[in-house]
Amino acid sequence: MTKTAWTRKDLVGLKDLSREEITLILDTAKSLQEVSTRPVKKVPTLRGRTVANMFFEPSTRTRISFELAEKRLSADTINFSAATSSTVKGESIKDTVRNIESLKVDIIVMRHPASGAPHRLAERLDVSFINAGDGINEHPTQALLDMFTIKEKKGTLEGVKVTFIGDILHSRVARSNIWGLTKMGAKVVVCGPKTLIPPKVEELGVEVIYDLYDAIKDADVINLLRIQMERQSECFFPSIREYANTYQINRKVLEVAKKDVVIMHPGPVNRGIEVSSDVMDGPSSVILDQVTNGLAVRMAVLYLLSGARKKIEG
Amino acid sequence: MPQKQIMSSEEITRAITRIAHEILEKNKGAKALALIGIRTGGAFLAKRFQEKIKEIEGTEIELGLLDITLYRDDLTEIGAQPDIRETEIDFGVSGKKIILVDDVLFTGRTIRCAMDAIIDFGRPEFIQLAVLIDRGHRELPIKADYVGKNIPTSKQEDVVVNLKECGEEDSVVVFEGETKND
Repeated sequence: MTKTAWTRKDLVGLKDLSREEITLILDTAKSLQEVSTRPVKKVPTLRGRTVANMFFEPSTRTRISFELAEKRLSADTINFSAATSSTVKGESIKDTVRNIESLKVDIIVMRHPASGAPHRLAERLDVSFINAGDGINEHPTQALLDMFTIKEKKGTLEGVKVTFIGDILHSRVARSNIWGLTKMGAKVVVCGPKTLIPPKVEELGVEVIYDLYDAIKDADVINLLRIQMERQSECFFPSIREYANTYQINRKVLEVAKKDVVIMHPGPVNRGIEVSSDVMDGPSSVILDQVTNGLAVRMAVLYLLSGARKKIEG
Repeated sequence: MPQKQIMSSEEITRAITRIAHEILEKNKGAKALALIGIRTGGAFLAKRFQEKIKEIEGTEIELGLLDITLYRDDLTEIGAQPDIRETEIDFGVSGKKIILVDDVLFTGRTIRCAMDAIIDFGRPEFIQLAVLIDRGHRELPIKADYVGKNIPTSKQEDVVVNLKECGEEDSVVVFEGETKND
């Protein structure tokens, strides 16, 4: 086990984390996995702590995963969704969050459509923040659970080749994964329509390959990104059908890939677009393992952040 | 730091042999017995009890390893969160006669955590406690069923159990100065 101690108040992204801190989260998650297999799936660790889940954007997996992680650690939870709150009356995000903080909440889990929103709030407020996705910037717990799953399936992250396919430009999942995977010594390849590859992405230490077959032929992991219909107001590619014809992972495409390649997807999946149904439900897919692992990873983050809070409370 | 050895390798081995016999005598054999060792020292000792009991009785009883961090009552007081190690209890504890194993019994708080954790895995028939060292200073009403050696200590002293599983020679040593036992 690592000798690193967690000292950060917040987890807003993987950009600033060290390799040791990432390893500490992944090791802690490994130990916490077992809690969910017990007859009593709950430990008293965060008794008396309160976590607010503030989702300004829709979410199924992440919100449920965080809420369950909080409950498995015995924290009290409150849920906020923008649609049913005073946000619709025009209250600013900072005021909303300060009101929540006044209720002596310890940790805020936040998803927000504006990139950098949790970062700015975390700097100004004492409450701990966990970024559950900010705009197109970062989604650190998703990248951590992806890395956890790769480590589980491949035994290591060092030297593992991970290919991301799809909308890299709008993907906070890809961005967090790039920060994390490159720090952990994995090789990252991105592939997709030219319009959806961010300019100068190579400077982050990744390789850009436009041809799908070239991009996947020696990949250990293929991580598919969702085509985000809600962020496609401009025309980044001619049609969904053309995208599927060029970039879909299906049985035929997989013939060029390694036999033991694993297919990942952060969800929600557009079945028949990023991936064919048979591959998604087939033996190479670890999509549901990602969901299971997400719970342990989020428990680990909540556990570690609660330790750092003790300093603030003195 | 001044230190004093209070148990040698041979004495530790003899204590383990004696306790293994006592466990079998008190429970009239190995039926339904299972060992749960508290990480890290207790886990190694539990493994040794398992081997010794197999030697005596010819049956290998089940062995679980427990990390008590998630149950600690001082998580809000100490600094950064302690590392969580893996708990591995791959058998049903319900109806089992559980022998809980730790290296040093001190305040009793670790044992309280361990009992709470075990009960989250099921309802054992009973839990008994085996420790290599009982150093006194209990803060909870907890008593060991099997003790390798009672050592009167002051609260300022630190009792360290070195085991060959950790790459050290088997020994129990008392240090003067700040205690690290919990």
